[in-house]
Amino acid sequence: MIGVEHYVVVSSILFVLGVLGIFLNRKNIIVILMAIELILLAVNINLVAFSAFLQDLTGQIFAMFVLTVAAGEAAIGLAILVIYFRSRGTIAVDDVNRMKG
Amino acid sequence: MSSILIIVFAPLLAAIVAGLGNRAIGNFPAKLITTGALFLSCALSWPIFLTYLGGDVPAAVVPVLQWVQSGDMTFDWALRVDTLTAIMLVVITTVSALVHLYSWGYMDEDPDQPRFFAYLCLFTFAMLMLVTADNLVQMFFGWEGVGLASYLLIGFWFRKPSANKAAIKAFVVNRVGDLGFMLGIFGTFLVFGTVSIPEILAAAPAMEGASTIGFLGMRLDTMTILCLLLFIGAMGKSAQLGLHTWLPDAMEGPTPVSALIHAATMVTAGVFMVCRLSPMFEAAPDALTVVTFIGAATCLFAATVGTTQWDIKRVIAYSTCSQLGYMFFAAGVGAYGAAMFHLFTHAFFKALLFLGAGSVIHAMHHEQDMRYYGALRKQIPLTFWAMMAGTLAITGVGVLGVFGFAGFYSKDSILEAAFASGTEMGRAAFWVGAFAALLTSFYSWRLMFLTFWGKPRWAASEHIQHAVHHGHDAPDEHNPPAQENADMGDPHHVPSPAHGDGTAGYHPHESPWTMLVPLAVLSVGAVFAGFVFHHAFIDEAAFWNGSIVYNEHLIHALHEVPLWVKLTATVVMLIGLAIAWMAYIRDTSIPEKTATQLGPVYRFLYNKWYFDELYNLVFVRPAFWFGRVFWKRGDEGIIDRFGPNGAAWVVEKGAVVAKRVQSGYLTSYALIMLLGLVAAVTWVLF
Repeated sequence: MIGVEHYVVVSSILFVLGVLGIFLNRKNIIVILMAIELILLAVNINLVAFSAFLQDLTGQIFAMFVLTVAAGEAAIGLAILVIYFRSRGTIAVDDVNRMKG
Repeated sequence: MSSILIIVFAPLLAAIVAGLGNRAIGNFPAKLITTGALFLSCALSWPIFLTYLGGDVPAAVVPVLQWVQSGDMTFDWALRVDTLTAIMLVVITTVSALVHLYSWGYMDEDPDQPRFFAYLCLFTFAMLMLVTADNLVQMFFGWEGVGLASYLLIGFWFRKPSANKAAIKAFVVNRVGDLGFMLGIFGTFLVFGTVSIPEILAAAPAMEGASTIGFLGMRLDTMTILCLLLFIGAMGKSAQLGLHTWLPDAMEGPTPVSALIHAATMVTAGVFMVCRLSPMFEAAPDALTVVTFIGAATCLFAATVGTTQWDIKRVIAYSTCSQLGYMFFAAGVGAYGAAMFHLFTHAFFKALLFLGAGSVIHAMHHEQDMRYYGALRKQIPLTFWAMMAGTLAITGVGVLGVFGFAGFYSKDSILEAAFASGTEMGRAAFWVGAFAALLTSFYSWRLMFLTFWGKPRWAASEHIQHAVHHGHDAPDEHNPPAQENADMGDPHHVPSPAHGDGTAGYHPHESPWTMLVPLAVLSVGAVFAGFVFHHAFIDEAAFWNGSIVYNEHLIHALHEVPLWVKLTATVVMLIGLAIAWMAYIRDTSIPEKTATQLGPVYRFLYNKWYFDELYNLVFVRPAFWFGRVFWKRGDEGIIDRFGPNGAAWVVEKGAVVAKRVQSGYLTSYALIMLLGLVAAVTWVLF
């Protein structure tokens, strides 16, 4: 029997993977965007799992909202990325440190 | 009596106008206002004095302002006039007015004249406040005021480092005395519960031996302690042995200043204070013994040093110191009248000597070393006669019962009083005073002979050379530092071969009339002051009218002293004159031979008993050492290091660490955000 705890474990693993994807990633910014998607999906799994478990639709509706926002976020993020590549010629994370004082 | 307000405040107003107006009003108006104010004060002072001279006039108090009301302590700002004050009024205003006039000529080439005259006026105001004080705090105000003016005037030529040093020295040494004076005032308030002088004096006789003060485990008589503290103040101001070192150095100031402040008025403030508080001192016989001892010691010390100095102003400065010693031991044996009388006559003849010396210095183009004088009698005859009057007065020339110059009466009555006092200390003071009188005569005549007799020795003087070679009217520095060189005793000049007569082709010129008039007036004072006033000062209780303690018994004894005592002063004066004549006219090689023979003694005297060196070793060096320790170790090593510099160090190092945190990498910011979130959640949940 697959219980709610299995979903929670999977979503936790996905969430931690996403977070580590942001911190440990030394390659390029696309990976960061993908990691953010991963985090959002982990949250979605959580929402849907609890929604089903608790017999409450609110969680599933919320998951829909999150998917919409995630799509928009991905679109804007990729757009910024393209612009950034045009002006700097690179999207390597190690070179993106212009926020330093 | 309300004219006293004008007398006291006219100089203040003039000082303010001349001082603040300064360059804006120009030299002439500044001089006119200040001198005019002083002559006005002087003209108003003499009637007051003459009123008191008539006898039996009560003291008057003119209130000015309410000053302090604080708990038990209440006192007003009031001007008190009695006989003692009236004497000081005429001394101060007369000498000050004449010095102002004299400065017209002496300071003629100085670029800073309004400032000079403003300082002189300010000094006069402070001195008048001192002598008209109705309470001790007001006296202290005047006391500090004259100290300030003295500091400003000694350092008047502030571009000269030696003048600045002398000014600071005078100020610091006076602080020592002032501390004693302040403690004395505090103690007096503690014991008497008031600072009003009349009330204190009324209560003083009952206090004799009445109470004791515990100090360092000893029980000391209250009145003795109070009087000794007050006397320390007097010692500082009047340059008595121990605190005298500032007075000779104060000669760095312009000569009129030396005449006014360091001869006639300010330095006598200590004597005035002891006389003013004479009932207190009478209630403390031990303190009076100390006063006698210090006075006699100063008298002897300064006279011995005066015999060896070369700088004309320094000789007169030591002479002043010595004469102040006479005044103090007169006060110490209870002859306050005699002390005040000597103060009065001394003011005239010493101011005269200083102004005469200033006239000589003026004529000799700022040369102050007597080794480069000589034969000036014919060149500047008026100055010569003025100096002669001063010298006759200070050496006490006179014939008993006929006529004498000023010092004859005052010095004789002091010596007689010391002899008549009957105490051992009084007898000792008499012998010391007699010996000092011999030395006084010797150094005074030495000064005269070196300056006015003999052959011209001007050629070797740098100042004269300078005058001859650069024209007489060439602008020169005032009182250039030659006096330092002279002090060291180096033969620093090479005689000019061009003029075999030693004049180097220089012709001294007599001073302008503004300088000669004061000399003439003071000469009159030096000649007649003793003869005219000695009866009133010494013999009349009604004249003093309770303003000082008048010891009827002592005055009676004073007249009964044996004839040889009365003649002592005259005899030693003649001996001193004879020695000076032998050494400086008949055989001019004697001084050098004597100096060589008495090598160590001569050097001891020439170096002023090594007081400066001793103080350097005992006080100045350790003070500097302490200062350096506190500066280097304390201030820089601890406070700066752990205070401001330490804080800066922490911020600097912290910034290096904080800089690393702000890497600019998105990932690290995100991590920190996450950690912050975790921390916040943890905080909320647990």
